[in-house]
Amino acid sequence: MSTTTTAVREQRPDQQPTKRGGASRWVVPAVLTLGALAFLLPFYLMVIGSLQAEPDTSISGLVPSGGLTGANYANIDGSIDLWRTLLNSGVITGGAIVGTLVFGVLAGYALAVLHFRGRGTLFAMVLLVQVIPFQLLTIPLYVLTVRTYGLADSYLGMVLPFLVNTTAVFVFRQFFLQLPPDLFSAARIDGASELRVLWSVALPLVRPALLTVVLLTFIGPWNEFLWPFLVTKEASMQPLAVALANYTANVAATTSNPYGAVLAGSVVLAAPAVGLFLVFQRHFTATNLSAGVKG
Amino acid sequence: MSALTPARPGSASSSSASGRGSTTTSASDGRPPRRGLTGLQRAFGRHPIGVLLALPYAVFLAAVFAYPVVLAAWMSVHDWFFSAPGVEVDHPFVGFENYRQVLTDPQVHQAFLNIAVFLVINVPLTVALALVLAVALNRAARGRTFFRVAFYVPYVTASVALVGVWLFLLGGDGVVNSLLGPLAPDPSWLVNSSLAMPSIAGFVAWKQLGFFVLLYLAALQNVSKDLYEAASMDGAGRVRQFFTVTVPGVRTTTALVVILATITGANLFTEPYLLTGGGGPDGASTSPVLLMYQLGIEQGNPDTASALGIVLVVLVGLLVLLNRRLLRSES
Repeated sequence: MSTTTTAVREQRPDQQPTKRGGASRWVVPAVLTLGALAFLLPFYLMVIGSLQAEPDTSISGLVPSGGLTGANYANIDGSIDLWRTLLNSGVITGGAIVGTLVFGVLAGYALAVLHFRGRGTLFAMVLLVQVIPFQLLTIPLYVLTVRTYGLADSYLGMVLPFLVNTTAVFVFRQFFLQLPPDLFSAARIDGASELRVLWSVALPLVRPALLTVVLLTFIGPWNEFLWPFLVTKEASMQPLAVALANYTANVAATTSNPYGAVLAGSVVLAAPAVGLFLVFQRHFTATNLSAGVKG
Repeated sequence: MSALTPARPGSASSSSASGRGSTTTSASDGRPPRRGLTGLQRAFGRHPIGVLLALPYAVFLAAVFAYPVVLAAWMSVHDWFFSAPGVEVDHPFVGFENYRQVLTDPQVHQAFLNIAVFLVINVPLTVALALVLAVALNRAARGRTFFRVAFYVPYVTASVALVGVWLFLLGGDGVVNSLLGPLAPDPSWLVNSSLAMPSIAGFVAWKQLGFFVLLYLAALQNVSKDLYEAASMDGAGRVRQFFTVTVPGVRTTTALVVILATITGANLFTEPYLLTGGGGPDGASTSPVLLMYQLGIEQGNPDTASALGIVLVVLVGLLVLLNRRLLRSES
């Protein structure tokens, strides 16, 4: 599906002048502002709520009157060890990014540039994998990973389904296909080995693809809940998303201030992905991310 | 993998013929000016190293996708239960017994009904809001980047983090209810058996909307400006133009949005698990994947859970096919 959509190209404002005055002059900004409010208000509440000693659910709570406090962050850290779970999230995400880059570049290059036996079969498999839904894999993958290979509560077990991202292979293949084949032949005639051609000629030319793939692989494993939730039982191995979810489901309701600590944890979990998105938002297009995040 | 099958005469040429530009590459592939092919090339194609480079990915696909899919199908027709590690146990063939159990389980019926409720609310909401926002964004004179970023932020944020805020919003003593005052539903949103699933559908629509706005925004670039001009000449106002030019113009994207939203719905797990405390009240917001988790892992019946997974995938496949069929008959 990633090939069917095109990147969003910004249309210049002067291309479609507003012909009518009156209503349409304020309708568009009003719709957009309403939309932005609906999307951003929960984030505002998340941050404000996490900084209030007792998150206020009344209208006046939108503008906090009392002082702000870091107590909720201390609370959630006391319950789920934020640094440890953040480290776990980082290890899983980092592993997924490294695996995706290495395997993705190699496979994408081979599929785009090299002629070898089985290339057609492999590409057919790539296309097939795109349509296999993850829900079908959940149970057998759990049986294999946890029961057969004994990878419960291990980083390898958690990172396994994310080590190779088929979307990344696709992205790399598309980028390598755009490079002129003469470039590779020239390097080969100069006596460069194929790995050398890949490393010194092809890779520097597809840097934007590297960034795209890093961004799309970051969001997926960082935000993923179901798979690490299945694989981990030990609190010390859980990524933040799982630890926070367990806290939300089991502990929060029994505390006197159920929202504060949950919201503080939410801010910590959301911040890296949102921050990365804000910095690199130009690189997030419909094409890049369409299959990057699996339910 | 076929990449590892023994060499056959002419294998090199057959693999290169399937490749791109096979007529021109013979001159530009950098092959040493030697007559004939080396043994390796005869066995693996013109670039034998390609096999080596693609092998890790191929092995991964086989181990993490192909084998589990086969295992799921196998488990679904056998009596499969968890045993102590290293203990060999029999998994007798039971035919369609697991499927019979799944298809007659009232919990499963409820879960599919819940997903139907989800789709009936989520899909039209997603299509309508995403299209309206995309059209507005396309016409905006100022602040495009800001609005685009604002719409997209929930999409890149973890569901688990957003669930925290929505509990804060929709809880019994939450923000929404304190705004509604006496109009607040009783029992409240997430513990109300007729409002729990609609609440989840609304949450998911909100979270995913930014992505669909981007899809529509891309599609709007391809709607011909002439059509708008012609419609405008004929005296059609903005609203009329929206329904006669824009909506038909982005029809293929709408089909894609419907398919993707359907797949999202079929994958639903985190939201009912966390927003409604494991699919409550009384299973009113249980999703099939949540049920798969409960059946397969909590209750230790991965065989029936696999059967449920296959039933789910077949149903989603049928929905997607139906969608495409409808689209084709319309055009």
